[in-house]
Amino acid sequence: MARVAILNYIKRSSPVHELTGTTKLIFFIAWSVTSMVTFDTRVLLCMLVIGAVIFRISRIRISDISVVLGLAAVFLLLNNLFIYLFTPEYGVELYESRTLLFSIVGRYTVTAQQLFYHLNITLKVICVVPIALLFIACTDPSEFAASLSRIGVSYRTGYAVSLALRYTPDVQREYRNISQAQQARGIDLSGKDKLFTRLKNSVAILLPLIMSSLNRIETVSNAMELRGFGKEKKRTWYAQRGMKRSDWLTIAFAAAILTVGLTVTFWDGSRYYNPFLQ
Amino acid sequence: MAEPVISFKDYGFQYTAQASPTLYHINLDIYQGEKVLIAGASGSGKSTIGSCLNGLIPYAYAGESTGELLVGGKDPRKESIFTLSQIVGTVLQDTDGQFIGLTVGEDIAFALENDCVPQEEMKETVQEVAKLVDIDHHLEYAPHELSGGQKQRVSLAGVMVDQVKILLFDEPLANLDPAAGRTAIELIDKVQERTGAAVIIIEHRLEDVLWKRVDRIVLMDEGRIVADMPTKDFLTSDMLLGHGLREPLYLSALRYAGIPITKELEPQHVESLRLSEEQKERVRGWYRDQEGLFGTEETKREILSVENLSFGYTPEKQNLKDVSFSIKEGEMVSIVGRNGAGKSTLAKLICGFEKPTAGRICLEGRDLSGDTIKERAQRIGYVMQNPNQMISKPLIWDEVEMALLAGTMSAEERQNRVEETLKICGLYPFRKWPVSALSFGQKKRVTIAGILVQRPQIIILDEPTAGQDYHHYTEIMEFLKSLNERGFTIIMITHDMHLMLEYTPRAIVFSEGELLADTTAAHVLNDPALVEKANLKETSLYTLSVACGIDNPQAFTERFIASEKVRRERQEG
Repeated sequence: MARVAILNYIKRSSPVHELTGTTKLIFFIAWSVTSMVTFDTRVLLCMLVIGAVIFRISRIRISDISVVLGLAAVFLLLNNLFIYLFTPEYGVELYESRTLLFSIVGRYTVTAQQLFYHLNITLKVICVVPIALLFIACTDPSEFAASLSRIGVSYRTGYAVSLALRYTPDVQREYRNISQAQQARGIDLSGKDKLFTRLKNSVAILLPLIMSSLNRIETVSNAMELRGFGKEKKRTWYAQRGMKRSDWLTIAFAAAILTVGLTVTFWDGSRYYNPFLQ
Repeated sequence: MAEPVISFKDYGFQYTAQASPTLYHINLDIYQGEKVLIAGASGSGKSTIGSCLNGLIPYAYAGESTGELLVGGKDPRKESIFTLSQIVGTVLQDTDGQFIGLTVGEDIAFALENDCVPQEEMKETVQEVAKLVDIDHHLEYAPHELSGGQKQRVSLAGVMVDQVKILLFDEPLANLDPAAGRTAIELIDKVQERTGAAVIIIEHRLEDVLWKRVDRIVLMDEGRIVADMPTKDFLTSDMLLGHGLREPLYLSALRYAGIPITKELEPQHVESLRLSEEQKERVRGWYRDQEGLFGTEETKREILSVENLSFGYTPEKQNLKDVSFSIKEGEMVSIVGRNGAGKSTLAKLICGFEKPTAGRICLEGRDLSGDTIKERAQRIGYVMQNPNQMISKPLIWDEVEMALLAGTMSAEERQNRVEETLKICGLYPFRKWPVSALSFGQKKRVTIAGILVQRPQIIILDEPTAGQDYHHYTEIMEFLKSLNERGFTIIMITHDMHLMLEYTPRAIVFSEGELLADTTAAHVLNDPALVEKANLKETSLYTLSVACGIDNPQAFTERFIASEKVRRERQEG
């Protein structure tokens, strides 16, 4: 079978893999909240170091997730570019001082404050993305639904995630088969045709794909109901693992990051760390 | 006698979306420990009976019902589908779709999870049930690592965790290769012995189900039960012919030889047949009489040649290893072998969807490696298994015309070509119709027409008759035969041993990515070693001819097929 997945669970043995899905989910949420809220460069730099250490421990290699990392880098670049294009002096406003380095043209000036703002944005993304990828790469999908349910998400929602994981590869395979067969009927999806023709052509693949997916959904929902899904308010999980000492320690650590991170950030009453203040 | 576990009394049912009822006046009792086959053509209502039992009617499919129905003493119309699921365990036809869990263990545990069974207990039960269906060494496996037969075992285990009283199998053979199908029937038999549950099998492949004991056969036709009798009585009655069923081949052979099928023959299995010396001599006599019917093939020129082809989706695993063969113009060839043997991969390479790692493919002596998918498609057409995978236009005309729009043809030329193609395919009267108004077989024709319109020299079809009853099977295959007679070269990827025997003189057998044999279809099925290696199944004709002391089972099979052809032509003409 052709490997189509760019990002999926990578089975290795590491302390990160050992943790239960619930722990990793809690850690991931605490981590994202902290890095999203804070604009404190000191906190972000600390998190960057911690993140790098965790990445090492997980034994996931950069090459395993290089494609997604590349995409994230492109996105980050575009993000920075647009922030600058629309608000070239946002940093000045934010840090309430202006150190002009040089100016390009018209309103497009380069100030130390703006550059510092961009540095913070970039740091935030660099903090979150690797941990998010790590969360996906180190969490056994089987456990995923169980962990969502343990932190209070309804098991129906949790199971929907699980089903998506289960059937996505099937649908991808189906897409590939259908698109090949349609290409053989003169449907060209390569860049040669005009955009409008390509859009029209993609319908030739999507329609059969939707039809066959609808059939699949009927089978899946029948199969689930025939085996009692949705009967009780709760359900148990075959793949759930018990919490160990390391799990509790990790959760405590996550709580510490959240509290310390946010306390340091808001110590002076603002989420921005401002080195330009005299 | 004890209370029946299932009891229909003058039961009728009509789907809300349909104009007339699907079931009429059904009267049927099934008892604990019985094994019942519900047979009939597609659309006969046999699957609807299944849905009435497991509660999908009325829970998932709405409709009006009349009369009485009790399943395990309860009325499915008044109980929830969950109560029913504790009584009836259903194994659906789609082995892939009903596999819900991410691993085997999780899927088996699914019903237990929903019942809030504690994890410890759940693991024990899963282990136990998995052992019973012989899948306990694969608990960590993901669905894509399993064969169709293994997935079906998982589904069976998944409904057995509930200790159901009734096991319902909806077309269990539809997605399996012949050997896996046989194993499935054996497994069902074993599970019933252990659990004592009532087993109901909904299937139209009579001969394959009869591989193991079946107590009773219920025959459906147009929503009514037209026969309900013990297997032996059924096989000796005249109910067997017509009704969209195919008579087991060994019984047809006996009939052709002029031997009446009586209960004394023990006609349930080919192994159990009790033929007297005189009757055996009759079979031998018939065999001798058929000599000469089987014509020899004239030699034609080579059209497609595959030379030392190798391919792997990943460098570690080779899906095709050094495959070479050639196809002659106007041939009709079967490519057979178990799931994952490399058949579909081969088709993809020929169509140019994937690039070989070694070797080459030539059309009329010209290497195709430089041609794009589009260019190849002008010469080699590919038809997918399910018409819904191909149809992308609401109107038949547009669907057939689609492939031409990308080319340089003038509107008038296009019009002529589409018309001509629709006529060849017998779809001309429907040209203005929406595709959705067609039956499955007609949709199949539309997809074939959509390929034919490009006038390819070769057409490759993936499982052209999968899931079709005998009537539709014959309709599709006769159509393909007529195309073949017009000069199109046809290559079919198939599991169906009947198809291969009846319609393709030649078969190419694959196993584990290697070409195992390239010979006549009759030879393939009469070579026990080959049959075993390729996960096929010898036909009952082989067994019968051996039992009758015929020294050349292959010739017996060939003559049988030739004589059937003659009969069919006589019937038509």
